[in-house]
Amino acid sequence: MKPEELTSMMEKARADMQAFDHHINVCTESGCISLQSDLLLKTLGDEVKHRGLTEKVCVKGVGCMGLCCNGPLVKANTTLYQNVKSEHAPAIVDSLSSQPVQELLCDTQQPFFTRQKLIVRENSGRVDPESLIDCIAHGAYQALLKVLTSMTPQQVIQEIADSGLRGRGGAGFPTGLKWATVAKAPGTRKYVICNGDEGDPGAFMDRSMMEGDPHRVLEGMAIAAYAVGAQQGVIYVRAEYPLAVKRLTKAINMAHRHDLIGHNIFGTKFDFNVEIRLGAGAFVCGEETALIASVEGKRGLPRPRPPYPANSGLFGCPTLINNVETYANIAPIINNGAASFAQIGTEKSKGTKIFALTGKIKNTGLIEVPMGIRLKDIIYDIAGGIPDGRAFKAVQTGGPSGGCIPADMLDITVDYESLTKAGSIMGSGGMIVMDETSNMVDVARFFMEFCMTESCGKCVPCRVGTYEMHELLDRIYEKRGTLDDLQLLKDLCGMVKQTSLCGLGQSAPNPVLSTLRYFEHEYLDLINQAQASEADRNAAAKGESIKLEVLS
Amino acid sequence: MTSAVSSGESITLKIDDKDISCRSGETILAVARENNIDIPTLCFMEGLSVWGGCRLCLVEVAGSPKLQAACATVCTEGMNVVTASPRLKEYRKMIVEMLFAERNHVCSVCVSNGHCELQDMAVKLEIDHVRFPYRYPHLQVDNSHDRARMDHNRCILCTRCVRVCAEIEGAHTKDVKGRGVLAAIIHDLDQPWGESETCTSCGKCVNVCPTGALTHRGTAVGEMQKKTDFLPYLTLMRRTES
Repeated sequence: MKPEELTSMMEKARADMQAFDHHINVCTESGCISLQSDLLLKTLGDEVKHRGLTEKVCVKGVGCMGLCCNGPLVKANTTLYQNVKSEHAPAIVDSLSSQPVQELLCDTQQPFFTRQKLIVRENSGRVDPESLIDCIAHGAYQALLKVLTSMTPQQVIQEIADSGLRGRGGAGFPTGLKWATVAKAPGTRKYVICNGDEGDPGAFMDRSMMEGDPHRVLEGMAIAAYAVGAQQGVIYVRAEYPLAVKRLTKAINMAHRHDLIGHNIFGTKFDFNVEIRLGAGAFVCGEETALIASVEGKRGLPRPRPPYPANSGLFGCPTLINNVETYANIAPIINNGAASFAQIGTEKSKGTKIFALTGKIKNTGLIEVPMGIRLKDIIYDIAGGIPDGRAFKAVQTGGPSGGCIPADMLDITVDYESLTKAGSIMGSGGMIVMDETSNMVDVARFFMEFCMTESCGKCVPCRVGTYEMHELLDRIYEKRGTLDDLQLLKDLCGMVKQTSLCGLGQSAPNPVLSTLRYFEHEYLDLINQAQASEADRNAAAKGESIKLEVLS
Repeated sequence: MTSAVSSGESITLKIDDKDISCRSGETILAVARENNIDIPTLCFMEGLSVWGGCRLCLVEVAGSPKLQAACATVCTEGMNVVTASPRLKEYRKMIVEMLFAERNHVCSVCVSNGHCELQDMAVKLEIDHVRFPYRYPHLQVDNSHDRARMDHNRCILCTRCVRVCAEIEGAHTKDVKGRGVLAAIIHDLDQPWGESETCTSCGKCVNVCPTGALTHRGTAVGEMQKKTDFLPYLTLMRRTES
């Protein structure tokens, strides 16, 4: 494709779009599809066809609109409908030229929508992820065009560094610095890898990104490849995300067909190819060295670092690994400039972050908020607080690698530093909210069970340590624990954290450490109850023996 | 990844307050052992690739917030390494205790009693009891091979056997299945060892095994002594030939 072709394609697609009088967008991501939004999309299409309105009404499936708890969501022109079922299709088509359907209305002026800032997800819910033309109409590949025709790789890296973007996978390593390291690494063959092995319980940001706007991820990868001097990209997606795999595959094929990836992109000398690798569902394969081993066709095991993948990664070549969301951030930075990106957020954490809200909360779903927003605003304002009149207890961020944050700390801001200071981590963006009915020892036990079953078994501290910690948590929760068990648990936490080989083991104790930090009394309560019942049992046994003595 | 080959450039560093010079590319473990500083290891074996799984060789490197595995960390100029701080000693103790708690290690009935690296390590680290709850898993003994026996109860998953089989013998009969505590050594596609079509019955795996997990058949309690000298000899001979 020539540069001018992209522009003419965009203009034509936009003109085609404007030719329609009405637009109906139906969410067709996994969450809404589980409520049969695919059937709804078909019914709406049939209804429009039946009434002979195909020339006037455009019905398409789009990515996630955020408020997953009220799905399926449908947007008819500017009106948002929630909990839509197939039988509502005629009413929605009727409403296009008259009054909105009152009983399905979703208030778009509620804080859930107004307090978000959409940069990464700006096109999610607007574009049809399965249509390249529709994506191009909404500006896809414009950033790649700009980069290839008017910027040197150094300028691209500088732009990303200036933006202050940090890795969205959890650790928050400065993206510009990572790109510069890979660019400087000697070697003619280099790789870029997109880490889509999102495995945290309660996290679905990356899935939504890949399902809702796959071309943006591809575009980000292509820009990264140009910047670091790579020709080959790999998207590593877990096989549990079949829809994401399907849409990414389709996106790659479409982009190939239109020469947006492949040889001599936009007539330049830049070549870039992408392939998809499926993960077989191991949490540890989200760790970069394990991911690389898995892509190479080996067992997904981490290895000691250094050497870092930036110097010796996939097949021993310098490799850039970034998270899906990080790549999705690239196009807006290039399009709008580093300065506009750097304006958003805090001193050290720039831009926006996508969070997946789950648990005991009114509005579950996906949100994109500027860094530096108060946690309280997310929980009570955006997420609408706790349902059923219960009290908030804690929120777990960062999944099994993160920690919980209690009610009296909700004033902290959401950025990499303050979450770490509070004993948790930013993580990839899962937020699990717990109310007063949750027992924190049980919460810690749940996450430890997850780590125990997901430990790869390579290093002893993680393999046996997670088992032992789970065993001790089990004892304490089931009121069989003692104070010695608690002390042993604490010792193990420190040891596993310090000695494990990779991030999985090093962060596995975090849920225990943070629940101990804020909710130690719950552990002590359970131990006291255990001791009390033990004392009762002893007294009863003694009573029995006295009785026997009297009898004899 | 094979152990780093030294490129000859001389560098100086400090290990346990001792000034030491070495060639660049050498690992902390190699340099420490050359200078009679003992760093305990279980999964490391000279001549095999670095695994980094037992975590016993972790050392403190000044300026690095994380502990480094001595077997996998290359010396750099001016490095200051501490190999045996109270914290490291405590961690090592806990790691070996965890190995004892993980499977069924009963020295008194073990063919390797008295010649066992795990047992020796426990003595060296002055372990007198195990503070962790024992797992007591139900594990199999693979007695199908006509010359050797695999007892999963005594395996510590150091993967020396896997590496020697793949890297030195070139058969790759052995590998690991499963995750976490359920991980186990397998032969071919998890078949009984005796039915393996790739095993050459060379016996290298038996001799590199640090415990009584891999033994020759027909050995009784305390009779199994491993001969590990072949490995440095083989690697040296192959290096000079190539």
